[in-house]
Amino acid sequence: MKTKLKPVKNAIPRVPATISAQPIIPLRERRLNFGNKWNFAPAPEDAKNYVIAPQHELFINGKFVAPRSGTYFESVNPATEQTLTTIAAANAEDVDGAVKAARKAYAQVWSKMPGRERGKYLYRIARIIQEKSRELAVLETMDGGKPIKESRDVDLPLVAAHFFYYAGWADKLKYAFPGKMPQPLGVAGQIIPWNFPLLMAAWKIAPALACGNTVVLKPAETTSITALRLAQVFQEAELPAGVVNVVTGAGGTGGALVNHPDVDKIAFTGSTQVGKLIASSVAERSGAGGRAPRLTLELGGKAANILFDDAPIDQAIEGVIAGIYFNQGHVCCAGSRLFVQEGIYSKVIKKLRDRIQTLRVGDPLDKNTDIGAINSRPQLEKIRGLVQSGVDEGAELTQTQCTLPAKGYWFAPSFLTGVTQAHRVASEEIFGPVLSVMTFRTPEEAFERANHIPYGLSAGVWTDKGSKIFKMVNQLRAGVVWANTYNKFDPASPFGGYKESGFGREGGLQGLAAYCRLD
Amino acid sequence: MVEERAASFGKRSLKASAKLEGLKMAVSMCDLTTLEGKDTPGKIAYLCRKALQPIEAKYDVPSCAAVCVYPNLVKCARNLLGEHSPVRVASVATGFPSGQFPLATKLNEVRRAVADGADEIDMVIDRGAFLAGDHAKVFDEIAATKEACGPAHLKVILETGELVTYDNVRLASEIAMQAGGDFIKTSTGKVSPAATMPVTLVMLEAIRDYFFATGIRIGMKPAGGIRSAKQALAYLVMVKETLGDDWLNPQLFRFGASTLVNDVLMQIAKQVDGNYQSADHFSLP
Amino acid sequence: MHRLDVKKTYKLYIGGKFPRSESGRYLPAKSPAGVRLDNYAHASRKDFRDAVVAARAATGGWGKASAYNRGQVLYRAAEMLQSRASELVNEIARSTDVSAAQARREVTLSIDRLLYFAGWTDKYPQVFGSVNPVASSHFNFTTPEPTGVAVVLAPDQPSLLALLSLVAPVILSGNTAIVVASEKFPLPAATFAEILATSDLPGGVVNILTGKRAELVPHIATHMDVNAVVDGVGAPESSGTLQAGVATNLKRYANHSLATADWFTAKMEDPYWILDTVEFKTAWHPIGI
Repeated sequence: MKTKLKPVKNAIPRVPATISAQPIIPLRERRLNFGNKWNFAPAPEDAKNYVIAPQHELFINGKFVAPRSGTYFESVNPATEQTLTTIAAANAEDVDGAVKAARKAYAQVWSKMPGRERGKYLYRIARIIQEKSRELAVLETMDGGKPIKESRDVDLPLVAAHFFYYAGWADKLKYAFPGKMPQPLGVAGQIIPWNFPLLMAAWKIAPALACGNTVVLKPAETTSITALRLAQVFQEAELPAGVVNVVTGAGGTGGALVNHPDVDKIAFTGSTQVGKLIASSVAERSGAGGRAPRLTLELGGKAANILFDDAPIDQAIEGVIAGIYFNQGHVCCAGSRLFVQEGIYSKVIKKLRDRIQTLRVGDPLDKNTDIGAINSRPQLEKIRGLVQSGVDEGAELTQTQCTLPAKGYWFAPSFLTGVTQAHRVASEEIFGPVLSVMTFRTPEEAFERANHIPYGLSAGVWTDKGSKIFKMVNQLRAGVVWANTYNKFDPASPFGGYKESGFGREGGLQGLAAYCRLD
Repeated sequence: MVEERAASFGKRSLKASAKLEGLKMAVSMCDLTTLEGKDTPGKIAYLCRKALQPIEAKYDVPSCAAVCVYPNLVKCARNLLGEHSPVRVASVATGFPSGQFPLATKLNEVRRAVADGADEIDMVIDRGAFLAGDHAKVFDEIAATKEACGPAHLKVILETGELVTYDNVRLASEIAMQAGGDFIKTSTGKVSPAATMPVTLVMLEAIRDYFFATGIRIGMKPAGGIRSAKQALAYLVMVKETLGDDWLNPQLFRFGASTLVNDVLMQIAKQVDGNYQSADHFSLP
Repeated sequence: MHRLDVKKTYKLYIGGKFPRSESGRYLPAKSPAGVRLDNYAHASRKDFRDAVVAARAATGGWGKASAYNRGQVLYRAAEMLQSRASELVNEIARSTDVSAAQARREVTLSIDRLLYFAGWTDKYPQVFGSVNPVASSHFNFTTPEPTGVAVVLAPDQPSLLALLSLVAPVILSGNTAIVVASEKFPLPAATFAEILATSDLPGGVVNILTGKRAELVPHIATHMDVNAVVDGVGAPESSGTLQAGVATNLKRYANHSLATADWFTAKMEDPYWILDTVEFKTAWHPIGI
């Protein structure tokens, strides 16, 4: 072939790159430019088919019933501040009705049912959740503010997996505790928080039911919608009436449940402050010689994420980001204290600064959003207050440069440097997308500083050296230690805290202990 | 964490104008490739024409960045494209794909390809030397090849599928950049696995650290195994979110591909025309 | 006008597909009363050889699949069995001459038992594994791993329930299996193969051969690439040969031959059979800086 190709008519004129050596950019100008070349268009998840009813009732004895007081409260979409629906407010009488329904279902139906059959109900529930995954993820995002990418890819699969895992235990309990034949406790009162509404419901309900107990669930005030949708799933699965009851409301509803005389077990996930109050009131009752419920608590945390100089730095940065910005930092086990080995400090800060610039903050229903809305105005104020205290106490604040939407509750991903253990931001749980950065020199110093705090829920370790990993795992006083990873959850893996992060474990074989008698 | 971070780029949802922009950008970054024992001038003619005009003018799609061929076909490609084509001529060289040949013959290949009109040389590193621990030899060969290139750009193929571990890929990337490569490239396309998102991420991170240390921007070319427009867009998202806007151009990022182009063109046609396309309507390179 | 039925030939299940025997042979299935039912494939030693190749190829994927994933597949198999329950009831009733009620009892129990074992995939390592408190400064753990390829010999009665009770504990841990179905009552096994094939079970994880046990036993016993034999038959003519076969490559041998009625008892819901085809791996790592 000898003929040249004729140039193309109307071809896009393209200037050929000149063949020359690559220019050397001077030190001061070496920057990554995360700008506006090729902006992603909005990619909203299709939500219009999922209708939210204007009013939601209590779920007692297999039916949706109006609250005795006739009172309802508003539930708001934290990304838009628009009212999504109104939710029934359960008072002490409603709670009593729920506990009675749970007691009746326990005595007459659930405690008599063979484990295999209980397991089949849980399998059905798991299956239906899988089928309704998309809808539940959208509702979770709208009600709580977390990005759809997370509710769809993290929350919902774990919710189904918890029901599947515990379904399989229902007829195998005799193998769980050598020498013991586990028996159910009776009626379990369960109070859950707003950061993982549906997942926390699954963590509580699945093992309770697998072990033969019945449940009264009190979801968080700002996130009741998916718990009530779950109640509809129970109806669809033909779960016998009264086995699970849902009483929505605020702190008072929770209090009525905790203090109800006919509840055999209380499980609470929430702040350490409220956990201590519950522990007090339970202690009072057993002190008075009365029957007191068994108690498990899963409370706050201020986890140390420890970055050694022999860690693969780029991977560790990803782990640090995942550890604190996942779910907007509304995570009890969030890696909120970063301890960086001094030798790599400036490198790490530079990489963190660059990396947070690629986090996308915005509409939680947009599939490209990484950081959603803060769950409520009070929480936003708390975060702002603590960050301000950090700045006032001399720390330096770095934030993602982005435009926050005008309506809704938003906080840009942040980290504070120049933090020491004397700063409030180093010891108080912020529960937001804020990382406090400190340094250390040796492994001993790392775990001493990590442990020197009343909390003890979780910790992270980043190093390529295996023996150092196991040494840190041994020395860290935390219920969950992640090495070269972070924020990993599985129904087979027990989760829970040391010290003031609570007691009791959820998940795995050990997670059954909270819901059985072993005498 | 590499696999998790790499997977996160595939979750970005690109709609409408963003998708179209990305697809066109992908075409402009393609090194349209034919590397077969049975390549002839006739085949090269098809390739060059396709690279120059991938699809009819109404879709407003730029030319591909380059054609990539064996040394024996360089002269033919240069004759067809002419001296000032927007499509560059890249030649594989240095005993492609295995590299298991004496250095002298490898350098000779490079000089002849450049003399025949190649703008770019895609060399292979000596993986045997690398895995036997002789990193100095690997470095020296790359440096010698860069010298032999003269004015031509040098892309260094690491053959990541043979290096296997991320640590090896990182080290090989650093050697290649320090020895003078202008681009680092994942694969020859003759070994599986070829390019993957995690391996490319590791190489982009190496490029990033090198830029901060020296001020020099090195280019990236994942090659082999990228067949769909969806995959190509995920790679571009990864570049954007790892290195930023400055690398989102054909001077610093290329795809080594052959079947990719038509899938990208089909997606462009779908965006413009509004319906799903049939392969019959897209010319074969 | 009389309408002619389309008659089915029951084929082998190997590598996720349904081939005829490479030998081209078939056998007529008959009920105990001598009524001729349908034809089924008569597996040869070469079919067995091919099944081992398929099972070995499948060990990589299935062995490395997550416990959750394996559980989901077994759960799906239970769904499929439930939805085709009446077909199995009919198959068992006509070919083994039991009443429909008894056949229904067998099928119902089979579904529940499959469900039972599905729930063990992500729990048995917690029950049977351990972290060991060694005296030196080492992190030491023991974890069960699948042994590889197992041959399962299913007894004649109960033709579905026994096969399922033998296979489930083998594959739930990640092993792959070649099942030699009952010689007298092969049709329920062949139908069960179809249920497995539509359960998202990767091809080769379970392979089912119908034919004459005596022809296959010598080749099973001496096959160098079989890691375990689970013998649900225990007949004097075969079990001796199989046990002697242990000497060829140290394949593990487990005898689970029971009286027919025993297969129906709750005792069969027992995780200890899982241990017949797992190996315990113990790993050490120093604890230090």
